[in-house]
Amino acid sequence: MSATTETPAPAAAPAAHGIFGFTRAQAVAFVVMLAAIVILPHILYPIFLMRVLMGALFACAFNLLIGYLGLLSFGHAAFYGMGAYLGAWALKVWHLDAALAILVGGATGGLLGLALGWLAIRRSGIYFAMITLALAQMVYFFCVEAPFTGGEDGIQQIPRGVAFGLFPLHSDMAMYWFTAAIFLAGFLLIHRVIHSPFGQVLKAIRENEPRAISLGYRVQDYKLIAFVLSAFLSGIAGATTSVIFGIATLDGVVSDRSGDVVLTTLVGGLGTVFGPVVGAAVTTAMENYLAQFGSWVTITQGAIFVVCVLAFRRGIVGEVAARLKLSL
Amino acid sequence: MMILGIPAPLLFGQLLLGVINGAFYAMLALGLSIIFGMLNIINFAHGALFMMGAFAAWLMLHYLGIGYFPALILGPLVIGAFGIVLEKVLISRLYKLDHLYGLLLTFGLALVIEGLFRNEYGSSGLPYNIPRALSGVTDLGFMYLPVYRAWVVAAALVVCLTTWAIIEKTPLGARLRAGTENPALVRAFGINVPRMITITYGAGVALAAFAGVLAAPIYSVNPDMGDNFINTVFAIVVIGGMGSIMGSIVTGFALGVIEGLTKVFYPQGSATVIFLVMVIVLLFLPRGLFGKAA
Amino acid sequence: MLEVADLNAWYGESHVLHGAGFEVREGEVVTLLGRNGAGKTTTMKSIMGLVPRRAGSIRFRGAELIAAPPERIARAGIALCPEERGIFGSLSVTENLLLPPIIAPGGLDIATIHALFPNLRERARTAHGTRLSGGEQQMLAIARILRTGAKLLLLDEPTEGLAPVIVQQIGRTILEIKKRGFTVLLVEQNFRFAATVADRHYVMEHGRVIDMIPNHLLASSMDKLHDYLGV
Ligand SMILES: Nc1ncnc2c1ncn2[C@@H]1O[C@H](COP(=O)(O)OP(=O)(O)OP(=O)(O)O)[C@@H](O)[C@H]1O
Ligand SMILES: [Mg+2]
Repeated sequence: MSATTETPAPAAAPAAHGIFGFTRAQAVAFVVMLAAIVILPHILYPIFLMRVLMGALFACAFNLLIGYLGLLSFGHAAFYGMGAYLGAWALKVWHLDAALAILVGGATGGLLGLALGWLAIRRSGIYFAMITLALAQMVYFFCVEAPFTGGEDGIQQIPRGVAFGLFPLHSDMAMYWFTAAIFLAGFLLIHRVIHSPFGQVLKAIRENEPRAISLGYRVQDYKLIAFVLSAFLSGIAGATTSVIFGIATLDGVVSDRSGDVVLTTLVGGLGTVFGPVVGAAVTTAMENYLAQFGSWVTITQGAIFVVCVLAFRRGIVGEVAARLKLSL
Repeated sequence: MMILGIPAPLLFGQLLLGVINGAFYAMLALGLSIIFGMLNIINFAHGALFMMGAFAAWLMLHYLGIGYFPALILGPLVIGAFGIVLEKVLISRLYKLDHLYGLLLTFGLALVIEGLFRNEYGSSGLPYNIPRALSGVTDLGFMYLPVYRAWVVAAALVVCLTTWAIIEKTPLGARLRAGTENPALVRAFGINVPRMITITYGAGVALAAFAGVLAAPIYSVNPDMGDNFINTVFAIVVIGGMGSIMGSIVTGFALGVIEGLTKVFYPQGSATVIFLVMVIVLLFLPRGLFGKAA
Repeated sequence: MLEVADLNAWYGESHVLHGAGFEVREGEVVTLLGRNGAGKTTTMKSIMGLVPRRAGSIRFRGAELIAAPPERIARAGIALCPEERGIFGSLSVTENLLLPPIIAPGGLDIATIHALFPNLRERARTAHGTRLSGGEQQMLAIARILRTGAKLLLLDEPTEGLAPVIVQQIGRTILEIKKRGFTVLLVEQNFRFAATVADRHYVMEHGRVIDMIPNHLLASSMDKLHDYLGV
């Protein structure tokens, strides 16, 4: 796809502009991101970078709801954590191919998202936040009790296995490229969706829901589809993470995880394309650094929430974009 | 004696535990509702402030020798004042923005507060003894009733009903209700609504702190005690809907009892039953039992 | 008593008042006439401090109020009976009546108010103000600001959507409160009604005051008025 093939229609939808629906600035940012993905594993620990990438995918998925529908989910840990469990189970017990196991994780997230989203979209605003929080809490209690999760120990010693029957994932570099491919696929999928006619309807709903309803759009269906997609990608992120680290525990479903993804997205910039990625890099680095100081991680996270909300609502990417008068 | 195949003392014991949990749910849900009514934010720091109430009692006892009963008054006053500072310095900056920012801010505050307490006091919990005047057990014939537990239920009821009466039956309450409906017009009558909002937040926080002091002798005083409660309380608020003061109180107590009964008849389900009720309510009454139409 | 000059007001980006100016003298009943969307309500809200952003000058009894918050403007002695009446559904009729605090001596007492509005006495025990009929709600909305001691009353379309008998009753009430020394700024669409109560009329268009017509010249200005109001 190239810019030369585009028709010079003055009122062309944004999707028809630029490369793969990116504006020029976004295309540049995308290339920078690609370069970083290729170069950084030779400089930094691949394990750290994989955490960043999956944190970023999780945040992109979350951002789809808050950024494009104005729906703040406080329960995304449910999809991430259940995706991790089922992905782990598929790999360790069913001995599936790694790629397939991760898809099982995504499907788990998506199905759970279908059920919980169907309930949660009955309300919006702060009720939506509370409902998703409570539903995720229910999932957490379920995981504490259910035998297949392994309780406090979780599912351990998950073999990384082989992807697509061809690529063994034992080495960290192999796992890294696989992870990077998953991240890019998810990232571009979200981007395509946002720039599709479906995404235009989401935007219309966000801007003026009653009007979207009066135009005849089945707003609830659109919300639910977006929710399921978001939950699916969260499940993918969770499952991939469990493959990377060979373990899936309650840590994936606790409400802290839901808070983390909110923070990541807020720091990077709610509703921006690249914000969740930058946010994931920043928060993962911060957690790495602060891990040795115990509860200072939470204190710092809380303080960042407060500062972001009071003084830095656009987040890093949002702020840069506003300074440069670009959309990133 | 057996009731429905359950030994009566077990049944009544769990029922009592349910009512006590319900008392805390009711106090916390009530505070959330009042704050929501005036500020239009959902106070995610509510659990942390509840915990601070319990710590206030513990700190007063250990460092100042202030006992339980004075702490029951002083704790809410001190933590309520802290709430007023939070509102004035931080929360009040957000009123012109989307309500979700208020949620994010108070969520962040909760992380900071809980993290600081965890740093200082660890997570293992500090003991706080039942005051002598309220220790001991009464034999009711069909069960033994610990005096402190009866006291908690009575105190919670009195505080909840007093709050309800102030809001529903007094001129001050009329101003609050009017301010919830149309704050601009209330200001145009010469009433200082921003100050009313600040005081409302302080009062809601004081209510959480009062619950915290009451909780100190029952649960161990620890930084996570609010966290354990608050997610359930959010579900309760969804079930009740935040439109009605009495609705919050009734829903809080009722769900405590339902949870207690579940412990008797189906113990595995007791952690999730309130969330299941929420699901059912969402299916049939999305606005909540006492919620008003949007 | 009230001097408004070069009043500008905005809702977000949209600039709604463009330098409106007029004055109201003590003891007068003055109307603001104008088509839908001319900016009458916005003018009332600006005087009361209820628009997001305003500029210019609003002097009341010599004091500048352009930067004052609504509660201070109210305490200076101005009271608003808003468009749509603003009756509170969660308050009883009596609570609605007693909600605005007394800000100065000289307001009417409850007995006088009940004498002016006998319906309100009958409905005093109604638990929700919004259960009243439209006319009763309008009376309640006027009655509650008569108590407070405010001397300048801003009435925004008090006759809108009401039956002719009720409109007449409201007309009598306005004349009665004028007699009792209140000053009234009245927004009206219906200039026939305005003619029965007012001393002077200001005409608004596109956020500006474009004309002033004393009441005794109203009859001879009919052509002009029809033109202004598009009736
Ligand atoms: N809250 C608001 N936000 C944005 N624009 C507004 C708002 N309220 C009014 N306007 C606009 O400001 C202009 C003036 O409105 P205003 O309500 O003052 O008119 P009005 O003369 O009172 O009309 P009416 O006779 O219909 O009551 C109109 O164009 C209206 O669309
Ligand atoms: Mg108007």
